[in-house]
Order: sequence, then C-alpha cells, then structure tokens
Amino acid sequence: MKKLNGIRLRHRKNTENCATVDFPVPAKIKLPMSMHMGAPCLPLVKVGDEVKVGQKVGDCESAFSAPIHSGVSGKVTAITDYQTAMGSICKAIEIETDGLQTVSEEVKPPVISDKESFIKAVRESGACGLGGAGFPTHVKLNPKTPIDTLIINAAECEPYITADYREMIECPEDIIAGINLVKSILGIKNAKLAIEANKPEAIKNFTAMAANDPTIDIITLPSAYPQGAEKVIIYNSTGRIVKEGELPSDEGVIVLNVSTAAFIYRYTQTGMPLVTRRLTIDGNAVGEPKNVRAVIGTSFRELLEFCKTDIDSIRKLIGGGPMMGMSIPDLDMPVVKTSNALLAIKSYDERKTTSCIRCGRCVNVCPLGLMPAEIDKAYKIRNIEELQALKVNLCMNCGSCTYVCPANRKLAETNQLAKALLPRK
Amino acid sequence: MNKLIVSPSPHDENYVKTSTIMLNVIIALIPALAAGCYFFGLRALLLTAVCIVSCVAFEYGCRKLMKRDNTIGDLSAVVTGLILAMNLPVTLPLWMAVIGSFVAIVIVKQLFGGIGQNFANPAITARIVLMVSFPSAMTNWVLPLWYKEGTDAVTGATPLVLDSFRGTTEEHLMPSYMDLFLGKVGGCLGETCALALLIGGLYLAARKIINLAAPVSFIGSLFLLSWISGGDPVYQILAGGVFLGAFFMATDYATTPISTKGKIVFGLGCGIITFVIRRFGSYPEGVSFSILLMNVLTPYIEQMTRTKVFGAKEAQKNEG
Repeated sequence: MKKLNGIRLRHRKNTENCATVDFPVPAKIKLPMSMHMGAPCLPLVKVGDEVKVGQKVGDCESAFSAPIHSGVSGKVTAITDYQTAMGSICKAIEIETDGLQTVSEEVKPPVISDKESFIKAVRESGACGLGGAGFPTHVKLNPKTPIDTLIINAAECEPYITADYREMIECPEDIIAGINLVKSILGIKNAKLAIEANKPEAIKNFTAMAANDPTIDIITLPSAYPQGAEKVIIYNSTGRIVKEGELPSDEGVIVLNVSTAAFIYRYTQTGMPLVTRRLTIDGNAVGEPKNVRAVIGTSFRELLEFCKTDIDSIRKLIGGGPMMGMSIPDLDMPVVKTSNALLAIKSYDERKTTSCIRCGRCVNVCPLGLMPAEIDKAYKIRNIEELQALKVNLCMNCGSCTYVCPANRKLAETNQLAKALLPRK
Repeated sequence: MNKLIVSPSPHDENYVKTSTIMLNVIIALIPALAAGCYFFGLRALLLTAVCIVSCVAFEYGCRKLMKRDNTIGDLSAVVTGLILAMNLPVTLPLWMAVIGSFVAIVIVKQLFGGIGQNFANPAITARIVLMVSFPSAMTNWVLPLWYKEGTDAVTGATPLVLDSFRGTTEEHLMPSYMDLFLGKVGGCLGETCALALLIGGLYLAARKIINLAAPVSFIGSLFLLSWISGGDPVYQILAGGVFLGAFFMATDYATTPISTKGKIVFGLGCGIITFVIRRFGSYPEGVSFSILLMNVLTPYIEQMTRTKVFGAKEAQKNEG
C-alpha cells in the first residue's frame, strides 16, 4: 500500500532517554477554564474557597467540553480574565498552594458497568487528547456509527517531543490495559498501536507484549512527518480514507493518543482526574532538557528555571512541537492539559519572504495532495471559487509546505487565512 | 527581558533557499561549460562571463528603476546568464550577447514581475530573438577543437544540418554517436556535450532540484517519434539542443507545470513539437521553439493536471 507523502525532519529527540522527573508542587497555580477544543468551563469555586487535590473547579453544560480539576490543595486567591495562546478570552482560577496536597473525597475509582457509565466517567476525569489537539475524549469514545478498529496514536512525529515515548517506556502496562479497557467496553474488535519507526525500543517492547494477543497489532509507521495527523495515521495503518466532511468514526475508526489511553486506565483504577501531565522541555535556550511531570496550572517560567534555562536569552517560546505548536506570548502562562512540550528557542532569525519560484516543493510534500502555491495565488486575489476548487478547507495545518518553501512563504498560514474566507456551510 | 516573538506555526524551516537551488543549477552547468571551453576554446568562457555579468547588471538596474527589492542575491540572474551563454555559438559578437541578456532579463523576466512570474523561459526567448534578429551570427559554428589544428577557426555545420547528408556520398562527414555523446561536434557552446549535460541533469535530480519527468518524456517521445518515422533516433536525441533543453530549460520552475502529471505532458509536447519542426519545418533545430510554445501552454496544462486531493469529495455542480 502506498503511504502518504511526508517529510523527513531532524528528529532532535534529545530527551528520549530522560526519565520523567516530578516537578515539585508549585506555590501557585493558574487554571484557565479553556484548555482545549470545546466550550470553555465556568468556575465552580469562589475566591477564598479551599480546594483539594482532584477537586472539580470548573465545568460546563455543553457536551462538547470536559471539566477541570485542581492539582493542588490550597485556597482560591483570584478568578481573572485570561487570554489563551489561541487568543480567546476565558476565566482563570488562581490557587495558592498550602503544601499539604490533601486529596479530595471526590477522588475515588468510578463504578463502570456499561458503556454509558464509562463515557460518563471519562468525562468526569477531564480527559482530552493529550497529543496536542485536545479533543474531549468522552466525545470521541461515543460515536454514532459502529467502530471496528481502535487506533492508538503513538507516532509522536514532531521533533523534540518525547512525552508519549516516555509513557511507552515507563508505563507500557497501563497502555495495554487502557487499550483492552476501551476495546472491551465499546465492543471494538481490533486495536492497532501505531508507532513511528524512530522509536525502535518501543516497537520492540510492545511487539513482545502483544505477541499473544491477536487483537492488538503493532504497526511501524514510516519516519516521515506528519504520521501522527489523524487522516494520515488512519490511512497508513488501515488503508481507509476519511473523506471530506467525515469523522474517523464514519470509517469505523477511533484514534486515541497513547498517553490518553494510559490515563483512562489509571483513572478507572484510582479515580484521580487529569491534574498532572508529562511534558518535554527542550530547545536551544534550555540548559538541561528534561521530561517533567508537572501539575496542570504550573507556570512555564518555573518549569524553564527548573531546567536551567537562561530566561533572558529566550526569543521564542513554543507550546508543543516546532511544526504545529503555538507561540507562547508570555512566560507566565500555565501548563494546560494539551501541553506536550515547551520549547525555548534563542537566536531565532526570521528569513525574508521572497517571490514564489514555483518549485513545487509544497505540492510534493503535502500529505493530502493540496497545492499550497496555487492556494497562495488564489488567496492573494481573494478568488473564493478557486480556493474551494483547490480544497483549502481540508488543510490540517501540518506546516510541511511552509517548512520546505525556499522562498520562506508562509503557506500554511495563508491556508488558514484562506479557510476563513470560505462561506460557512 | 526580550519580548517573545509570536508567529504562526511552523517554527522551523529547512534552510533550502532560492539561492541554494540556483547555486545547484550553476554547479550542474559547470561540466557543460567546461566541455564548451574544451571544444570551442577559451572564448566560451569570455562569452559566458559577458552573459552573466550583463544579466546580473540588468537585473540590478531593473529592480533599482522599479524601486523593488534587490534580487540579485538569489542568483537567478546568474543562472539565466549561464543558460543563455550555453545557447549561443562561441563566435557570437559580445554586444549581441548583451542584447540577449537584455531580452532575457528585462523583457521576459522583469517586465512580467521578476523571478517566478515570467511566462516564458528567459534564455530560450533570448535565443530565439537573437536567432531571428541575427541569423548568420547565430549560425556561425566552428569546428570542435579547431585551435588544436593551429589554424583560424574553421566554420563547420551542426549535426542536424549534417543529418541531410544521410545516404549521400558525403555521409562520412556525419559525426559518430560517440562524437555526439561527448560533444565533439559543431553547435552552441553548451549544448553539444550530451555527457556533461547528463551529469548535470542527474546531479540536479539527485539533489531533488528537478524532477526527471519532463526530461524523460521529452527525450523519450522524441526518440520514439524519430524511430517510428524511420529516422535515426539516437542521432536525433544526441544532436542539437535536446539534452540542454530537456534537463535545464524544460525543468525551469516558473515556466513549466508544477505537478508530475503536468511535467510529463509538458515533456511530451516538447518532444512532439521538436520532432515536427525538425522533420517538416525549415529550421534544422526545433528545441527552443518547442519549449517556448509549451511555456505558453503551461497555465492550461496546470489547470488540467491538478493533483488529486486526499479524501476530497467532488465539488457539487451548480445546475441551473
């Protein structure tokens, strides 16, 4: 089977052998009420309230959202307006830690008897896709169409990031247990654990672990970015094409991030919701790159100091990988559920953008076969019909086109701007 | 503390710049230039230098005059000058070469918006303009290695003209395949040595600068058509400017289609037109015209050979 296009990136997985270290509980955390896709939560606590570890502090009515919990015990000191890295405004709860880390009485293993109670428990856990996009997990696990294959996304195709890899090395049993849990409750026949070829140790371990289980396939993905993109991983591991306007579930597939699968299993055992996460801290401004398990809400500045970073030399801070991560405008922003990496870059020179020379590199690398150079031209003259014919709406912003452009044209950015021109359906 | 830079993703790039690509094309043309110097004498070097310097000067002047960013740093003008020189007979008066540079850079490239915007290949157009304007100077060929004979340059004929001797008593004047392959024949200074051009073309393909689709379909279709029509296919592809055109001008980014399918169509078109001109036309050589004509068709080829988008649904037709 022909695999989709991809580009070879320098992996720079400097931290792949760095065992996860726990970041000490910070003196203060800040919990934005919007951490991922879906409706923002509303605070359930008031200034002055005492909170405990695992206590729910934010929730909302919308089904397409997930609640937010405190990772520390202490006192709510402020509820402020907060601008997320995406630019939207929501509330944020600031909590001052008392250092006792008293666990809330809400934290107890959920009772799971059927699919419905499982979905409810997953929602209560606050789980969302831990790979970066942050799709609320309980929505994903509750599709309208029958599912026959569960794909566990362990591609981790972005450079630098090794958070999922450390999960695979440190907690492989949790991952397998999570896969089996989801499979049995949702009645899914097969699971495929898809790992990019640059993680041979993980592939070896899991192949050995799943040797006696015919329902779990270990798939080696080629080492070509973006293997972890949903449509790409589905095609490259099952050959199914998620068509325009379809969800993966329409093709009988659910894709779950590997760390999310392990987290769901742990939640069913302990009842501790999503209040900490592992993230890779790296970049050329960081003195000691590390994998850190931090309480959600910890400020990036503290984490960077913990990793011996020369704060003054940072020119650019990226939340996530270098290909799809978001620029962080402020060092004091907190770790959120979707933070899989924090990259601090110094000496960042932006090359000048020059004219398109029509070399066609962008067309050759696009995993979906789009023509970014043509989209760029059509966008310049605001030709909406042409943009629709070029299918710019399908662009997933993987950034490959901008990455390879010799004229340094911001093609991926243009695609997103072009999408905004399209009429809403 | 510095202010943090905020910009959209991706935050990394792969450091291949326009000038990197152009530099690779220059490197790829060095074997052909060296062959030209060897067969036709050191004037080849002088002519090439004049072409390059005048192209860069015109580019600089144009951008200055139009108050636009200076683009000589991207080396594209150097490439244009170099390819133009490859397309000229070594005896051409220098001032004519400067006119060629003017046509290439000012008229074909800058008046249409500069790099990437020109619809026709600058060097090809300049060659055709010079050929139409100065037909005798543009067909004043010297015998290869004339300087070794210790005589003045002796006027010779190109292999394509000699092809008409086939089957006559003067057939012995026709060059052997080996001479054609190595370039020991009359012709423009950079087009005779198929070997050197092949090395350059394969180098560019190995560096992923060019896609071999257009050269292969160009040379392949010309070979097939010559064969079917009872000609000498090997002679046809080795003689004249086929290799130079196929590897260095039918692969020009700005004036050929982007998709591989489009490149194949482009190459086929070039092969067919070259064959038709050589076989039925009054010009012995048709490579330049074929590429120019296909340049003009490129936007239409592009429209018809768009890539298939993964998982895209057909656009709904608006009826009524």
